[in-house]
Amino acid sequence: MSSITGAGVSPGRVIGPVLQMPPAVPEPDAAVGLPAEASIEAETERLKTAAKAVQAGLKARAANASGDAAEVLKATALMAADPMLLKSAAKLLAAGRSTERAVWEAAEQVAAQLKALGGYMAERAADVLDVRARIVAELRGVPAPGIPDSDVPFILAADDLAPADTATLDPAKVIALVTAGGGPQSHTAILARALGLPAVVAAEGVTSIPSGTEVFVDGSAGLVVPEPGETERTAAAAYAARGALPAFDGTGTTADGRLVPLLSNVGDGEGALAAAAAGAEGVGLLRTEFCFLNRDEEPSFEEQSAAYKAVFDAFPGKKVVVRTLDAGADKPLPFLTDATEPNPALGVRGYRTDKAHPGVLQRQLEAIAAAAGQSEAEVWVMAPMISAASEAAHFAGLCEAAGLKTPGVMVEVPSAALTAGAILEAVDFASIGTNDLTQYTMAADRQLGPLAELTDPWQPAVLQLIKATVDGAAATHQPPKPVGVCGEAAADPALAVVLVGLGVNSLSMNARALSGVAALLKTVTLEQAKEAARLAVTADSAETAKAKVRANLPMLETLGL
Amino acid sequence: MPERIATVASRVGLHARPAAIFAEAAAEQPVEVTIGLEGTPADEALDASSILSLMGLGAEYGAKVVLRAEGEGADAALESLAQVLETDHDAE
Repeated sequence: MSSITGAGVSPGRVIGPVLQMPPAVPEPDAAVGLPAEASIEAETERLKTAAKAVQAGLKARAANASGDAAEVLKATALMAADPMLLKSAAKLLAAGRSTERAVWEAAEQVAAQLKALGGYMAERAADVLDVRARIVAELRGVPAPGIPDSDVPFILAADDLAPADTATLDPAKVIALVTAGGGPQSHTAILARALGLPAVVAAEGVTSIPSGTEVFVDGSAGLVVPEPGETERTAAAAYAARGALPAFDGTGTTADGRLVPLLSNVGDGEGALAAAAAGAEGVGLLRTEFCFLNRDEEPSFEEQSAAYKAVFDAFPGKKVVVRTLDAGADKPLPFLTDATEPNPALGVRGYRTDKAHPGVLQRQLEAIAAAAGQSEAEVWVMAPMISAASEAAHFAGLCEAAGLKTPGVMVEVPSAALTAGAILEAVDFASIGTNDLTQYTMAADRQLGPLAELTDPWQPAVLQLIKATVDGAAATHQPPKPVGVCGEAAADPALAVVLVGLGVNSLSMNARALSGVAALLKTVTLEQAKEAARLAVTADSAETAKAKVRANLPMLETLGL
Repeated sequence: MPERIATVASRVGLHARPAAIFAEAAAEQPVEVTIGLEGTPADEALDASSILSLMGLGAEYGAKVVLRAEGEGADAALESLAQVLETDHDAE
């Protein structure tokens, strides 16, 4: 088998057996009934046997698990051969449904009942549907859906991973991720970086590698090599023997002492505590969607301010940058966004929803101000999806009215990068969201595998827009107003060096990435960072930009990054 | 038909772990046992060994439920299952 090249999105070099993620179990056709020659008794018995087999499998897994996971698996095992479920399936079978269809519909009814009960029961509905898929897979004699179970650590190969798969991914078992689809900013890539797993995405052909085949994965080079040879074994052994990264000591700096605060992106109070424990110098991006998602109406003032305060309290005396509600596109909200837009990425999203639904943003700012007043954090506020200086000025006015002192904007739209000077006349800081800035600069949807090369934040055009933002800030004020980066780009140590070289003041990333970025930055002088930036900005592709910069930063190898 | 009324002692109600423990215990009995909330008709009672039925029953902490069974060993089965219900499994 020849090696497969994709986009390396999370560093690391490992060797292990591949396990393929089985495809989801499709719904059995309702139009296909029980075959004329089949006996209802025999089929009912076959269903029971399949259910018992699924139950036994889940019980075995429960025995190997511990704590909450074991309890959930035990309960799920009981559901698999539940007498009520089997009885209603048997009734449907007797009424002429196919065996698979009968259990499918019976479980559907149970799940609907549990959903209607709400709360904890509604969450269990997903377990019933999981059990159903497993029984149908057993009846068909195909592998059970979901992340495969294995006694030994393995490399997971899939078409792409969905956010739901990530909940069941055990980082102690999965040692690397390789997907045929996805891009540098797809869910798989973000998950891999958050877990610190080597990953290669957009690697067409990885789904054809037979399960059990030994492969080598290089998450920096984007390489997947089936049946690895001596070179790969040496590389993997060297990576395994690397020294552990030193924990981040809480001060981001270059070798020659230029301070670059390293902040964390967080979504709630719990995440903020974890980020503080990892040494984060503050929060560079507080996503406030967590308060709003899965809601039919706006959360109350009290609920919002309590949630924000929980984050502020984790960082007394430190900076916390709150991003106001970023609804729309991949994060729709029934009371704010229009689901029928033909092109939601270019639609009424982020700050733009304020015009269509005035009041929600104002109330959010008031809740942030109230929480800030009761905490010791230094609270900054920024609006997402700002495209023009006039919008920035309007947002600054709203912040002032709410009593918030430091308004800023996200730079995600190329127009904002190009007019950063005028925007920074109106507000006090800018924070570059590289995920969306890449998507809008390259006109490429970040979830699409075939566009992986374009959705790479190493694209020189994206780097040039980051430079334009920094230059705009410098042309307007002395000293320049701060420009930070809070996208996934800041979590890539080599790219973080480039950003510092471009003149970015602070970097915000998932807490897991802090130690790697800090360790590399410490080995690089500001002059070397500027040289890295020059190499990247003048490269002719994302790939060459990355290769040139990496070749210039030998410490990446030593640190295993 | 022998009956036994029991009070749910688990703080979380007859859900999650307590429901799993109870359903497993019911399945081990030599007789079929049904469960219903006190005051509901006997013919609406549910299979006590079905965790899915138990979850749908909505028996919260302090709820009174009726266990019913028939045949040899019914009384002993009811007694042992009532004891399972009247233990707070979350306190263990």
